[in-house]
Amino acid sequence: MRIVVLVKPVPDPASGGERLGANGRLDRAAVPAVVNGNDEYALEAALKLTAAAPEGSEVTLLSMAPASAPETLRKALAMGATRGVHVTDPALAGSCAVSTAKVLAAALKQLEFDLVLAGVDTSDGLGGTVPAAVAAYLGLPFLSYAARIEPDEPAGTVRVRRISPTGYDLLEAPMPALISCTQALGEPRYPTLKGIMAARSKEIATRSLADLELDPSTVGGAVATTQVLATKVPPARGATEVVRGTPDEGATRIVEFLAQRRII
Amino acid sequence: MDLDLPTEHQLLRDTIRDFMTSEVAPVVDQHERERRFPIEIVRRIGELGWLGIPIPEDEGGAGLDTLAYAVAIEEIGRVWGSLGLIVAAHTSLGCGPLHLVGSAEQKQRYLIPMASGEVIGAYGLTEPGAGSDSGGTRTIARLEEGPNGGTWVIDGGKRFITNAGHAGTYIVTAKTGLRDDGSPEISAFIVPADTPGFSVGRLEEKLGLHASATGELVFSGARIPAANLLGERGDGFRTFLRILDGGRISIGALAVGLAQAALDASIPYARTREQFGRPIGTFQGVAFMIADMATEIEAARQLVWRAAWLKDQGRDYGLAAAQAKLFASEVSSRATNAAIQVHGGYGYVTEYPVERFFRDAKLTEIGEGTSQIQRLVIARRILGLRVV
Ligand SMILES: Cc1cc2nc3c(=O)[nH]c(=O)nc-3n(C[C@H](O)[C@H](O)[C@H](O)COP(=O)(O)OP(=O)(O)OC[C@H]3O[C@@H](n4cnc5c(N)ncnc54)[C@H](O)[C@@H]3O)c2cc1C
Ligand SMILES: Cc1cc2nc3c(=O)[nH]c(=O)nc-3n(C[C@H](O)[C@H](O)[C@H](O)COP(=O)(O)OP(=O)(O)OC[C@H]3O[C@@H](n4cnc5c(N)ncnc54)[C@H](O)[C@@H]3O)c2cc1C
Repeated sequence: MRIVVLVKPVPDPASGGERLGANGRLDRAAVPAVVNGNDEYALEAALKLTAAAPEGSEVTLLSMAPASAPETLRKALAMGATRGVHVTDPALAGSCAVSTAKVLAAALKQLEFDLVLAGVDTSDGLGGTVPAAVAAYLGLPFLSYAARIEPDEPAGTVRVRRISPTGYDLLEAPMPALISCTQALGEPRYPTLKGIMAARSKEIATRSLADLELDPSTVGGAVATTQVLATKVPPARGATEVVRGTPDEGATRIVEFLAQRRII
Repeated sequence: MDLDLPTEHQLLRDTIRDFMTSEVAPVVDQHERERRFPIEIVRRIGELGWLGIPIPEDEGGAGLDTLAYAVAIEEIGRVWGSLGLIVAAHTSLGCGPLHLVGSAEQKQRYLIPMASGEVIGAYGLTEPGAGSDSGGTRTIARLEEGPNGGTWVIDGGKRFITNAGHAGTYIVTAKTGLRDDGSPEISAFIVPADTPGFSVGRLEEKLGLHASATGELVFSGARIPAANLLGERGDGFRTFLRILDGGRISIGALAVGLAQAALDASIPYARTREQFGRPIGTFQGVAFMIADMATEIEAARQLVWRAAWLKDQGRDYGLAAAQAKLFASEVSSRATNAAIQVHGGYGYVTEYPVERFFRDAKLTEIGEGTSQIQRLVIARRILGLRVV
């Protein structure tokens, strides 16, 4: 089973320091980057699937990101991915979701895979559109909101439980296919120390637009399809009340709290 | 000169920090209160490779260096002193001697399971009458003739042994005779926990580090095969001096972790606690305590890292390790004490964690050579005199 996982470096949400620069673009120098949380779930799913059938299996990370990305990708390699492919090019700054999908699709054309796994959305852009767009560019079946992934290699198909408002849908598609992954797939693992050591020598290949045979004038900030006009920081949250005590006391206090605010 | 941690050390630090805050921190209070050894956590960190950090991969470890090990112990100690001590004693004192002088068979049989996290190790040197004077060992081992080189029969007892009762393998020292000059000949032995005639005695009630086990080892005619002699006969004393040199780096790192925890707790407290209508951190009397803590902790960490770095370079690190351990442990006691002062009455009660840091930090001035013993080691090296 050969799986490509789409991973996006995002500003660490735990740092709380995420902010935009004057041009409306993310100030990436302001906070350390981490792999997008949902993408770690996708990677975990990929690692479990390949561990179940290790013969000839590999997990490749694919990321379109600024030059500093390899540092961020190391952790994903330490978790157990086989190698990384990093698409980076000055012309890509300010890319919109359409450009991002175009570039990722072009990079995927150069890779061999049975499945592509992506997160359902990111903690910075939150668009949730890239996976579907990549699938569309490549003409791949797109299975979204996966809570379970069951490939059948001999049959060349994959089944996915897609979370729906009323339960789940059972989808089946021929492979290769692209799947967007939810957290219901299971908690990502912590890298082992051996994994950290092994990550040192794993390859992260760099690809420019020229390597992908993409015309720089068709992607990037200059042709962005959307524009950030303004941003607004949500108001700070009020004081937090921590409820301690027995479950009964806790329940009573929570009911009081909600009743005072006429929520119940 | 590059004072930045290498990339994989940063990744290691972030990974350990993440695991400690997400998975371990929530269970600390309960274990400490119930004085319960964290078996489940130890099992999990074993799987992650934390129980053999500086041991080579072909000996079951993670194959990282001493610097990585020091960074790891600091991060563990920053959340939980007891777990830091458990890991440090297991790694430096349990795995260390086997790595240093173990034979290929001994490594295969004992070190690999320990360094890969399946078996906990412990190290028994201290005795009721032999603490700082660790050469004063009264525990004796005599060789009984027999097939396969015979059997060692050990009689005596050890005290204050970390991981007692939870270890599967104990490394212990015992007197195996007298040298020509009348001084004791001390050798080291590998004692599996199920050895006939060996048992774990009383566990101590301690000031701090409540979730770590500290106990007596009892040997009454304990019988181990000749193959369990570790290193050459009579080399036990030399081996353990070398082991303690390395162990001091980890105790220094543990001290830095506890001190950092105290600072981490004090900064938000000083910024938010108000008296006289303003945050207490705006009073110099409080702010300067924070300034001193931060400065001393940084200095202590650099000394620990330097000792680790010297060891990794294969250079003489004995002096640097003693200096790092001495300074870091005393900084740890000062900083954790200051943290209580910053918190006032709230620091003295168990609602806040700083009283635990204070109680835990004190051990770092005692274990693996008291501060006085470190000063002796340092002074002797610097003066070239027989300082007593
Ligand atoms: C602060 C900020 C400013 C922005 N400004 C503009 C702007 O001016 N104009 C504009 O058009 N757009 C702008 N964007 C949108 C930005 O370009 C998108 O974030 C980006 O195209 C990816 O979309 P997303 O993060 O919404 O991904 P989603 O669709 O939410 O991502 C879903 C999944 O797709 C995969 N994925 C997404 N991106 C990548 C990637 N780069 N590499 C590998 N895998 C990936 C991951 O698996 C991810 O979990 C801005 C975004 C931010 C955060
Ligand atoms: C929680 C805990 C865990 C431990 N874990 C282990 C372990 O895993 N394995 C192990 O073998 N041991 C362990 N120890 C033992 C520890 O190493 C000893 O307690 C320590 O070396 C001091 O020995 P002592 O307690 O006998 O004190 P003593 O040696 O009696 O010291 C009493 C006082 O006299 C001072 N003193 C002694 N000699 C001199 C001198 N020459 N000059 C100046 N001052 C001197 C000391 O500094 C100290 O202040 C542990 C101890 C504790 C408390």
